[in-house]
Amino acid sequence: MIEATALTKAYGATTAVNELTFTARSGRVTGFLGPNGAGKSTTMRLVVGLDSPDAGTVLVDGVPYRELKDPLRTVGAMLDATWRHPGRGGRDHLRWLAATNGIPEQRVDQLLELVGLKSVEKTRVGRYSLGMQQRLGIAAALLGDPRVLLFDEPVNGLDPEGMAWIRQLLHSLAAEGRTVFVSSHLLPEMAQTAQDLVVIGRGRLIYQGTMDDFVARTSRHGVRVRTPHADELRAALTGQVEFTEEDGAFVVSGVDSDRIGQLAFDAGATLHELSPIAGSLEQAYLDLTREAVEFSSAVSPSEVTP
Amino acid sequence: MTTTSNLLRAERIKLFSTRAPWWCLALALAAPLGFTALFFALAGPEIPATVGNTQLASGNGRTVLLVLAVLATASEFGWGTMRLTFQAVPSRVPALLAKVAVVGAVGAVLGLVVGFGSWGMATLVQPDADLALHSGAEWRSVLGQSLVFLFTAVAGVGVALLLRNVAFALTVVLVWTQLLEGLVVFIPGAGRHIYQWMPFHAADEFVGAGGFAGVPTQLPAAPLSPWGYLGYFAAISVALFVAGVFVTARRDA
Repeated sequence: MIEATALTKAYGATTAVNELTFTARSGRVTGFLGPNGAGKSTTMRLVVGLDSPDAGTVLVDGVPYRELKDPLRTVGAMLDATWRHPGRGGRDHLRWLAATNGIPEQRVDQLLELVGLKSVEKTRVGRYSLGMQQRLGIAAALLGDPRVLLFDEPVNGLDPEGMAWIRQLLHSLAAEGRTVFVSSHLLPEMAQTAQDLVVIGRGRLIYQGTMDDFVARTSRHGVRVRTPHADELRAALTGQVEFTEEDGAFVVSGVDSDRIGQLAFDAGATLHELSPIAGSLEQAYLDLTREAVEFSSAVSPSEVTP
Repeated sequence: MTTTSNLLRAERIKLFSTRAPWWCLALALAAPLGFTALFFALAGPEIPATVGNTQLASGNGRTVLLVLAVLATASEFGWGTMRLTFQAVPSRVPALLAKVAVVGAVGAVLGLVVGFGSWGMATLVQPDADLALHSGAEWRSVLGQSLVFLFTAVAGVGVALLLRNVAFALTVVLVWTQLLEGLVVFIPGAGRHIYQWMPFHAADEFVGAGGFAGVPTQLPAAPLSPWGYLGYFAAISVALFVAGVFVTARRDA
């Protein structure tokens, strides 16, 4: 479990994380979502003690990270897959990291098998493809068989196969009861991966809850109704519910389709269509974070194109 | 296994799993031995064949060791492995102590090999000269390199921790050792007195590799004894390292 309480961190005049409070539960994949520059990476650095917060606390399984003995055995974190010496072989990279926390060398071999890098274990890491580097970073995070895992943008730049591999890995790690905290700036990716969601913008919490709730709460709800008896239905709806008319159909909001069906029946209006519409998840996310996008472009695309 | 041995093992793997340290070690050995051979084979009376003078070229090896120490430390900031190290060792100081212990030990062994190697090379090239180790001072010239190289490595790690950038740190140590120390002597008036307090001059005074006879840098009498000079050199090196640790432990990584 990761618990952040009123976490605040400023670099000079820029407040990267502002009174951020959230929880990532064990046994769940928690998506950490926000536009670029929202403070996701800073938050992760604060969790593992690389940076010190100006105010607030963050606990990992109830303990501040810096008080953990052999922390790799409790928390595995891949904050940046490019943190490696390009001239060192993949195996040696894992060996030195394992040695710091007294993790036996057999574990290194196990993980090289797991992430599929056994055949290139002696190759210098500088020659690895982006996907291979991500796999090495993931192996490094798993070295100590930790209960808590953090991944910062793990699928960035990966091909669909690599994405699917990571998604499945994250699910199985959570299914084993671990806390999996994974950041992304892409909602569709998160929608397939995360069960819980922490959304931030400009360093502040925008939403915390389950993915299902997020979808339900932020989707634009409405019911589309078509009828040959438009006048009767209009009369029945007016004053009862909010509605608009477009292309010869009614779009009713605020009530569910059962109630609308009843109203139409009472008014004697035959219904040709009665269908709930869900707004797109991506649109909901954009609406939610629009205020919080740090560098909104000053010129709209239509002004740029002649 | 204890935490200490774990960290020493990790730093040892780090140091010897890239190529640069091996190249540095080869160069740090070849340069002083090669120059010593040349000096003793070709030089006339300006380099008298004394035990102290067998160590004249050791400064070259020392400089390469300084480069090794800077690379081993500063490159970790550049590549991000220092952040991984701090993730694994969040209190940071033990990891930095392990690094200086490993790099320092490599320096001490290298110093021993360079010291004895240079002396051996000189006796090979000039078998007729009396280069036997009679006095304590002569033993100090040869064995003392081990201590000089140890503290040189400590200084290199310290400078790298303070500057955190490979190019910057290398520039500073190379300009210092190759230019500044030697130029100070030419400042009119005070220059010679300041020069006597330059750290690597202090190291040379300890091992008795005082410089070329007949070079017009008549120095005033040495202000410290040889062991005093070693203490002075060691104090500067340790101070650089402690300052580097202090800054690194407090800064955001």
